[in-house]
Formats: sequence, structure tokens, C-alpha cells
Amino acid sequence: MTFAVELAYWQTTTIKVLVVLGVIPVAAIVLGYVFLLKMMSHMQSRLGPMEAGPHGTLQLVADGLKFIQKEDIFPDRSDRFVFGLAPVVVLMSTFLLYIVIPAGPRLVVEDLDTGVFFALAVSSLSVLGVLMAGWSSANKYSLIGALRAAGQLIAYELPLVLAVVGVVMQAGTMSLQGIVRAQSEGEIFGIGFLGNPFIFTQFVGFAVFLLAAQAELSQTPFDMPVAESELVAGFMTEYTGFRFLFFFMSEFGSAFALSAIGATLFLGGWHFPGIGGSLADVTGPLVLGAKVMLVAFFIFWFRFTFPRLREDQLQAVAWKYLIPISLANILVTGVLKVLF
Amino acid sequence: MTLTTERQQSAYVSSQAADARVNIELETEGMTLNIGPQHPATHGTLRIVVRLDGEQVLWAEPVCGYMHRGYEKLCEVRTYPQVTTLVNRIDWLGHFANEVPFILAAEKLMEIEAPERAQWLRTVFFEMARIANVSLFLGDMGVQLGALTPVFYAFRDREYVLNLMEAVTGGRFHPNFDRIGGLKEDLPKGWVAEAKRVMTRVQSFCDQMEDLLMGNEIFDRRCRGIGVIPASVGLEYGMSGANIRASGVDWDLRRDEDSPLAWKHCDWKVWTHADGDAFARYWVRLQETREAAKIVVQLLDGLPSGPIQAKVPRIIKVPAGEAWAHTENPLGEMGYYVVSKGGLGPFRVKIRSASFNNISVIPWVLRGVFVPDVITILASLYFILGDIDR
Amino acid sequence: MTPLSSAADEAGTGSAGEQPTGGDGDRPSDSTLQQLVEVLKAELGDAVVGSEVSGDDVWVRVEPGAWRQAAEACERRLDMDYFCFLSGIDWLDNPDLSGEKRWDPEGATPKGAEPAGEIDDEGDDQASEGTYGTGVAGGDTRFQMLARLYSTSRKIGVTLKADLDEADPRVASWVSVYRGADWHEREAWEMYGFTFDGHPGLRHLYLPGEFEGHPLRKDFPLLARELKPWPGLVDVEPIPGDESAEDEGDAKTLAAATDEGG
Repeated sequence: MTFAVELAYWQTTTIKVLVVLGVIPVAAIVLGYVFLLKMMSHMQSRLGPMEAGPHGTLQLVADGLKFIQKEDIFPDRSDRFVFGLAPVVVLMSTFLLYIVIPAGPRLVVEDLDTGVFFALAVSSLSVLGVLMAGWSSANKYSLIGALRAAGQLIAYELPLVLAVVGVVMQAGTMSLQGIVRAQSEGEIFGIGFLGNPFIFTQFVGFAVFLLAAQAELSQTPFDMPVAESELVAGFMTEYTGFRFLFFFMSEFGSAFALSAIGATLFLGGWHFPGIGGSLADVTGPLVLGAKVMLVAFFIFWFRFTFPRLREDQLQAVAWKYLIPISLANILVTGVLKVLF
Repeated sequence: MTLTTERQQSAYVSSQAADARVNIELETEGMTLNIGPQHPATHGTLRIVVRLDGEQVLWAEPVCGYMHRGYEKLCEVRTYPQVTTLVNRIDWLGHFANEVPFILAAEKLMEIEAPERAQWLRTVFFEMARIANVSLFLGDMGVQLGALTPVFYAFRDREYVLNLMEAVTGGRFHPNFDRIGGLKEDLPKGWVAEAKRVMTRVQSFCDQMEDLLMGNEIFDRRCRGIGVIPASVGLEYGMSGANIRASGVDWDLRRDEDSPLAWKHCDWKVWTHADGDAFARYWVRLQETREAAKIVVQLLDGLPSGPIQAKVPRIIKVPAGEAWAHTENPLGEMGYYVVSKGGLGPFRVKIRSASFNNISVIPWVLRGVFVPDVITILASLYFILGDIDR
Repeated sequence: MTPLSSAADEAGTGSAGEQPTGGDGDRPSDSTLQQLVEVLKAELGDAVVGSEVSGDDVWVRVEPGAWRQAAEACERRLDMDYFCFLSGIDWLDNPDLSGEKRWDPEGATPKGAEPAGEIDDEGDDQASEGTYGTGVAGGDTRFQMLARLYSTSRKIGVTLKADLDEADPRVASWVSVYRGADWHEREAWEMYGFTFDGHPGLRHLYLPGEFEGHPLRKDFPLLARELKPWPGLVDVEPIPGDESAEDEGDAKTLAAATDEGG
């Protein structure tokens, strides 16, 4: 990282931390407003919140303020320490995800060589927080929800990783910056105008990734951990106030982050055809943002449309369909990689 | 065996648990889960105590009475016209349909028959109550299975039906419109045309639900083969209405009873389904909503003119006697056994509500299913809490 | 015993005769219903102590000892596969809670005052044995079982009754015949205090576990009425200056259509 002004290590670190800390609530609010409040409402032939701010734009800010003002309630028989820590752990995993997502040639907190690996690893940390929340709440619904979440994570972490393997093989690197560069510099059958977004060659991987991400984020049709008609609110049942806000922010922050990883892996990340050099540092966040919204649109579209699967059906989808498909995808990618 | 104290009751319940556990190969310590009284899936205050082994239900025991209002007792201290106000609130989504069988019972005792137009209008409102009731189920089933959107369509299109009811009766939920010997008022101007338009909407709503929910793969997988109730078991438990027709019993009081209401003048069909599972119950109710809309349109087309109220004494006294009247309500068979001793009010009213019997099958049907299926089965049996607790 | 049966006769026959025919409902004729009673009589012998066929309704009163046999006979011989309901009646006359409130044109009846007797005057005489005015198919005691079964194949139903002992209302359970009777018997147990021999677990259904008393018995006070007199009286007070309306009756006519009156 080379900035025009050389900053001390602690200064750059502070800036990075503040940026990431700022990005999470903004991402959560944007996704929450655009999809949860507005897209869902309009799909359901209603307006959604309209009062706070123009067209209800400030509704989530108001909600956030409301949550912060609320009393911090601990259930009587909960494990107070674990109960209090759980939302922080969940939010932490979201926070860590943002570290490796590149928003421009130089706009990345840390370009790790094993960026993909890191991202998928920390995204599954959240289940630790979920288990903590479920266990410490002293509530049976919470416990069932948490155990479902753990089962779901084990099932869907595999297809998620396997779907990405094809991309990694094609790009020849695990660094997310490297993957973006491979897409921007690649060409499809000698046509280099668009670059080579991996969605064209890895569309199977993209489909599997989307489905597995849906499950990873516990969104319908894979929302058994929170299944509100069965488990009230699953592992979040006992949470109120700002601790609930943490879960909420983490849910939408993670949705944003996983969409960003999907956009980076399959849609070319911050790269826009024809824009390169330092200009890409300016357009990068915008381009990435647009692609994130596209991916997130699919995630939330599914969420508002489908009923949820049953726990055993969910496992069946993962083990019987997604994993074999992604393994076959890896095989085909490998064969083609060797041939061409 | 009588169990009077709380302690005896809990001892009984745990002995049942022990029985259920004998047959399990690998015995682990189970968990007792209270679904309800405040739970999103019980839409009301029904409580179902389930004993779980993992996510599998070993046994289930519904606990009702959280909203028991003692209508049978209250009816005894009211006059006949006042009773309709109470019974409106039994199945609160099928408002008007609750009043009809009671009024029919009273008319039977008084040997009064309402004029033709009143009977036709009663049937129209009855079927509208059915649409208002069942359309909510059609959407709500989606919510119980995790699909959020359909229920909003249900609320949207149900609103038109409620508006129609409001235009005639002044009440959206509790019309209190049926009178001994007829109806309170005639239709307002322009209502018939509007009602026909709304029925077209209802038909398209049904198509939408078929498209959106019933045609969905996941919905299919969640409902097919879940909560299968054979006809003989269902009948033994007194299940009625769409629930029993979904088990293949071709029995509909609208067709099979010689009711003074106007169903016999319409061309419509009783739908049954052979499977007896949650999907069949949804399917049958969807077809019934379509039939109801068809009935309403046909009745409005042929609506006879004339008075809407027979000549009745100003102060209604019902001659001594006993009468049983029942109709095919949105939730199933609803009947009133009215005992009169010649006074201003009934001596005894036994209210036979559909959900009470429909729900009593729960301990039988929930044994061995998974927690998500508990919700599917509860949703597909479709009960209204007021109809259980009365 | 108050002769209510005759009144019920008139009440019942009226509804049948006036039904317009031509619907596709296959309403059972009187002879089928009479046949039904005959079958039960043949099955149960002397245990059938009263029966009544009027209109499309049929009542059969049996000895309490034959209560379960009656259900079994209905199920086996009459294809009564559908259990409709089971409950009870308390025939005790209690003017406060009997539903026999009579309108006193002079004004609201003050609580506890002698009601203007039109029908019978045994209202206040609550405790006198053997004077319970019972209804269709007769009855000798204060408590009566009341249940209804239906045949979905033959589309006929029957209302069964049985007299119960006042001191110890006890009858055999139907749960072994109709599983659905479980909840209904629990309800009758808590509401009337009937005991059902052979029931798998009589416990409270609606009421809390420590509830005392049997609310649907006529001597169980309705607290709301103790505090406030019967609200129905207000409703039937004549509207001042509206005597003409009263004479005409309340026939409402359709303004636009024919004006024939009721």
C-alpha cells in the first residue's frame, strides 16, 4: 500500500479499523432499507415505512437509536457472561470478513495471499457466537435454533468452499486481488473487452455459491435457525436492545460481505471494463457496490419468495446435490485447465 | 380416573411420556417444549406441550382454555337476538357464518321461515365469510412454512370482502346482522355489481396462490405426506369440513342437509382429496374458496326480490322445545343445540364448534413428526382459537 | 314433569314441512328415522326409555347403564362413523340463570322479585325434586347426557340422551368407541361434574387445575349477573312514542321491490 502521504503504521491501522467499523452499519442500513424495507414491501403490495425521512430512508437509523435506548435485559437463568459476549462474537466475524474484500486496486485493508481461504474461514466463526447465544439464553427455542445453525453450517461450508475452488484454480491464486486481476486481464475466446468474469466459465460454481451463501446467511429457504413460525426467533429469542441490534447488523453486514465476495469471485469485483489505473480506486467502490447490490438482490429475492425447507431436506440439498455438483465442477474445471 | 390436582395431572402427563419412550431404541433424555400459549404458530393462545427427542415429537398434548369465555353459560342469560352478538366471536374470521346456525335453530323452534330474499342474502354473506376466513388460511399457510409474501396478498384481497361486509352490515369482523326471521337490512345501492367485481378478484387471488405457493417445489415437499389423517380416524375424532374432505370423505352439509339457505339453487361442486395430508387440506380449501366465489356470483345473479324480514313479534319468545341446527362453516361443521323453555332467552345452548374437534386429533397426528412438521400440521388443520375455546 | 314434549312436536314438524324440495340433498324421510329408532330398540331392548322423531331430527333416550352400548349400536348397526358432540343439560329451574327471563312490561324485574308467571311458577322452587321441566324424549332427573352422532354415508344423525343420577352423575365413557369423545367428556366433567367410567384421564380442559365447582350447572352463579342485573331487560324496553311500530310488527320491507310486508 502506497499512499501519497506516508503514514505511520498505527495511523494506517486506525484508519482501516475506522473505515471497516463505519462500513458495516452503512452496509447493513443500505441492504436493510433497500431490500428488507422497500423491496419486500413492494413485492408484498404495500409501501413499507414512509414517515422517517424521505420515503422512509431514515427508518433504520431511527430503529437503531431505539434499540440503543432500550433496556439491556438478561434472562434470569442465562449465563450472563456468554450471553453478553455472543453478539459481539457474531459481529466480530462479520468485521473480519471486510478485511480482505478489495474495493479498488489499492483499496483493501489487507491483501492476504490466502484471502479466499481467510474469508470463508472467518465467515464460519459467526456460528460460534450463535451457539453461545443459543446455549446461554436458557431457552429451548434458542437452543434448538443454535443447534440447527451448527448443523447447517457444517453442511453448507463444504459446498461454499468447493464452489470457490473452481475460481481459485482458474485464477491460479487465492488472493482476492489476484482473482480480480485475473478476471480483468483475462479474455473470453480472444475477446478481451469485457475481461473474463468467472461467472461465464464458473456459472455452476456461481449458482452453488449463491445457494450455499443463502444457507450460510440463514436466509429463507434456509432460515431454520431463526424460523420464526417454529422457533419464535431461534437463537435471538431472548435478545433485546443493542445486543439484538448487533445480530441485526451482523446479519445484513454479512449479507453484504458475502455478496461482495461473490461479486469479487464471479463478477469481476471492482473492475469495470475500460477503467484502470488509479481511476479504478475512485470508481472501484461504486462498481463493487453496484455488483454487490445485484448479488444481494438475488439473495433477498429468494428470501421473500420461498417457503423454508425442513432440516432434513436442507441437509439433503447440501449433501446429495450441492456437494456432488461442485465436486464435478472442480473436476471439469481441472480437465479444461489442463487441456487449454 | 379423575385427576383433580395439578400434581396428579403432571403425574399423568409424565406417565404418558414414559409410555411413549418405551419403544425408542436409543434412549436419550428428551426435552419438553411448550409451543405456546404465546407462539407465532398458534395464532391465538393455544398451548401444545410436546415431548421432544432431538427434533422428533414423542407425544404432544394440547392445552386449551386460555381464552375460554363461557359462551354456553353466557347465552343462557341473554335473549335470543342478543346471542348473535356473542357467537359472532366464536370463529372471528368467519363472523357471519357463526350466526346462521343459531338463528336457524331459533327459527326451527319458532316455526318461522325467513323470506326467500333473506335466505339468498344469508347464503351470500355466509359464503363471503367463508372467503374472508379461508383466504387468510391460504396465505397464512405460507407464513407458517416460511414464505412471507403470500399472506400479504391474502390480507389485501380479503380486505375487499370485508369492505363489502362493512358496506352492508356496518361491521367488518362482527356483523351481528342475522335476525330471527330474516336480516337486519337490505343491500345498499350498487353493492351487487361491486360484489361481483370482488369475486373476480377472489378468483384471481386463488389462481395466484396456486401459482405462488401450491406450485412451489418446497411447499410441495413440506406438505406432501405430512400429517396424514385417515378418514376413519378423522371421523372418529369428529373432524369436519375441509379437513375431513381432504381425507376423502365426500360430505358437505351445504349439499347433504336440506337447509333453508340457498345453496341448492346454485351449481357448485364439493371437492375432496384422497391423500389426507397437509397438502390435501390446502388444496381442498383453495378449491372451496373458488367454489364460494362462484356461489356468490350465481346467487347475486338470481337474487329474488321481496322482503328481507318475516313478520316476527317485537319481543321474541321462543316456544318450548329443542332444536339442533348445523351448517357447513368455514372451519367445519358448526351446530347449536338450543333448548328453550319458552322464555326470552335460551335455556341451554350447546355450541358445537368445528375447531374443537378438529384440534382434538392433535395428540394422535403429531406423534413421531418433526418440529417443523408440527407447525405444518397445525397450520393445515386450520383452527381459530375462539372456535376451540368458545 | 312439564309437558314440553308436545310443544317440541309442533316445533319440529313445522320445519320439515316447509322445506322446499328439489335440492340435491337426500333428506331422510320419517320412515328411515323411525327405522333407526327401531334398530336401536332391537339392539338395546328395554334400555331405550324414550324416543322422538320430528322433522329431520331424531332423539333417543336410553338408560344410563346402556350409554356405551347405545354408542356401539349406533356405530356398528347404523354406520354412525362421525362423532359430533357430547355434553349435558342441567334441568334445574333457576330463574336467574335458566334463560327463562320474562319481560315485565312494567319495567325491569328487580332482582329476586317474583317473575310474572306465564309459563310455569316453579321457577323459584329450585330444590324440589322431580319437578324438572325436561324436554324432547322426556327425562326424570336433573342431569341429562346429550350427545349426537352422525352417519356420513347415510347422512342421518341421532341425538342420544340419558338421565343421570343427581347425587352421583356417572356414566360409561365413549372413548373406546369414539376417540373424539375424550375432550368432550373432559369438558362435561369439568362443566357439569359428570364422571365417565373408563375415561383415560379426566382432567380439566378449559378451566385451571384448581378450579372448584361446575360452571354450567344452573346453581353455579354467574358473577357478572350477581353484580349487575340482566342487561337484556334494557333492550326490550318499549321505545317511548313508538307504539305504532310495535303494532305493525317489525317487518322490514325492501324499499325498491315489492311491498307486500312480511
